[in-house]
Amino acid sequence: MTSAGMLAVYPDTPSVELARTLDLSGYSWKGVATPEVMNRLQPSDGWMGAIVSCDDDPDGGWAMCRALRRLDQPVRRILVMITGAQIGDLEIRENLFDDFLLTPFHPRELEARLRHMFYNELTAPSSSVVEHAGLRLNLETYQATFGGRPLDLTYMEYELLKYFVQNPGRAFSREVLLSEVWGYEYFGGARTVDVHVRRLRAKLGEEHAHLIETVRSVGYRFGASKWSG
Amino acid sequence: MRDAQRDYVLRTVEERGIRLVRLWFTDVLGNLKSFAISPAEMENALNDGMSFDGSSIDGYGRVQEADVLALPDPNTFEVLPWVDSKSAEARVFCDIAQLDGTPFDGDPRQVLRRNLDAARRQGFVFYVAPDIEYFYFAPGASDGRPVPLDHGGFFDLTTTDITSALRKETIRTLETMSIPVEYSFHEDSPSQHEIDLRHTDALTMADSVMTFRFVVKEIAAMRNVHATFMPKPLESVQGSGMHLHLSLFKDDVNAFHSEDDPYNLSDTAKSFMAGLLRHAGEIAAVTNQTVNSYKRLVPGFEAPVHVSWARNNRSGLIRVPVPKRGNELATRIELRSPDPACNPYLAFSVILAAGLRGVEQGYELPMESDANLFEMGDAALTKLGIEQLPQSLNDALKMMESSSLVAEALGEHIFEWFLRNKRAEWRRYKTHVSQFEIDTYLRSL
Repeated sequence: MTSAGMLAVYPDTPSVELARTLDLSGYSWKGVATPEVMNRLQPSDGWMGAIVSCDDDPDGGWAMCRALRRLDQPVRRILVMITGAQIGDLEIRENLFDDFLLTPFHPRELEARLRHMFYNELTAPSSSVVEHAGLRLNLETYQATFGGRPLDLTYMEYELLKYFVQNPGRAFSREVLLSEVWGYEYFGGARTVDVHVRRLRAKLGEEHAHLIETVRSVGYRFGASKWSG
Repeated sequence: MRDAQRDYVLRTVEERGIRLVRLWFTDVLGNLKSFAISPAEMENALNDGMSFDGSSIDGYGRVQEADVLALPDPNTFEVLPWVDSKSAEARVFCDIAQLDGTPFDGDPRQVLRRNLDAARRQGFVFYVAPDIEYFYFAPGASDGRPVPLDHGGFFDLTTTDITSALRKETIRTLETMSIPVEYSFHEDSPSQHEIDLRHTDALTMADSVMTFRFVVKEIAAMRNVHATFMPKPLESVQGSGMHLHLSLFKDDVNAFHSEDDPYNLSDTAKSFMAGLLRHAGEIAAVTNQTVNSYKRLVPGFEAPVHVSWARNNRSGLIRVPVPKRGNELATRIELRSPDPACNPYLAFSVILAAGLRGVEQGYELPMESDANLFEMGDAALTKLGIEQLPQSLNDALKMMESSSLVAEALGEHIFEWFLRNKRAEWRRYKTHVSQFEIDTYLRSL
């Protein structure tokens, strides 16, 4: 199994059993010693989840859970690890965790709980696929399909279409498209954008060519805004 | 960027189950050359190029070292639409380099790159849109003469249906290969067609012309029809030209456009035209490279004969089309002499060089000739200072030979080889005793 995101693990030196189970199951994780460290190490797309051990240091553990919930991108998948004697502690802290596991734990149980907890993250279409009105781009394999049929694109056609599909309903000037899609290395001038838009329209076919709209005296827009009637 | 392109190509090869990648390049005469590699070799090819023996390619032979490298240009990678998806194939255009990686000067694509780089140093990007004419003929008659489809009678459908179906299929294929079509129609001559491509930068367009000729012939051959880009296949009807709509852009501004001029032509456009006019004779052997090319450039068939320009006079060498009102991007000039049998890389190179020479040195544009030059006598034309285009391949070669402009644009290697090869062609033609001579002289003399 490969996981899509990064787990925060508290404390930063987890038990050998925990570390081994995470590694063998293919999760990416980082040990975090304090809320500050957790903040600093936070990946740009946020933590996928967290495993917080409260058995040795309950105060530090629950503080970490609070910090995780307070982030701009709050962590919504927190597994706390407690001893059987701490079950009573859960009662007033329902909001701070999503599942719990008693220590000492069995690795198979941890695996099963993680798999269940991250079911959505690991199986739902990942952000590597973008779609719009029958058009589907797989950003990992660079493959584009329309209504399930493959669309053969050159690299720059693909890059331009990707930019459009990721930003539907917005009008872009040729200059913006050129700098966003081609980058500064490119010398060809904004006419290049027209050339590629014309090619994309041809490849989308007559019925769908309108997906890329010409916006007078601005540039181009992909997929009309749904509020524009 | 290059890494991302490479990655894109490799992933596409994998995901689309490509069985064969065809490496395309062009010999000096403008023939498309190709060799195929397996997908497994593609990564190597993209990183280090594929070496091959160039000595069998026209114009590639060198004295010391025969091996050259084909370096795929990943941005030209395309899945071939006419191949069954079970044995999917792709093509990619290549630049040819010497084994040490420096550009090989026998490669027309590298020649065009070099000329475009020179223009870019002056801030110019060169845009080209060709109108390409060609004929469809029925498969081989016994005496080898071309039989227009209109008289062919080979098919159950009417010929109009066949040729328009062919053209439609061709356009669909071109569009899926990133070659947008602007217009297409049946020309005046029997079985003659024209397809106009939408402008792109000159390198992309030269690649597109190569792909275009291949696709037109391939699609026709699938229906047992022969498509030809021969400039003048039938004596009594007009031949096939490749008019080129040309413009220079500086950043996003059309450098050929000016609001202040009655024809909306900027000074850059005018001196570019002046360059084309002054050097028209020198570049003719490249833009019209066959013996047969000069049988198209005769009066009476809408082909240019005189070195002149006009707003709307189709007998001149350069026409200035009227763009749609207010569309300054569309201001352009149309060079009417080239034919579709040329090597597009070399033709675009010498055309650009001639035009830029005019811009660099501020050539003065001669007066417009809006009269019908075909109706004027030689004396009147001389008085106006209007010259004729070369009358034969031999004339054109003589003018090319003494042109430092063409030698510079093509580079010594191709310049020398081209002259040698074409002089040999002329000698073969000159010693050929034609049907005309038999018919005219055999009985009477």
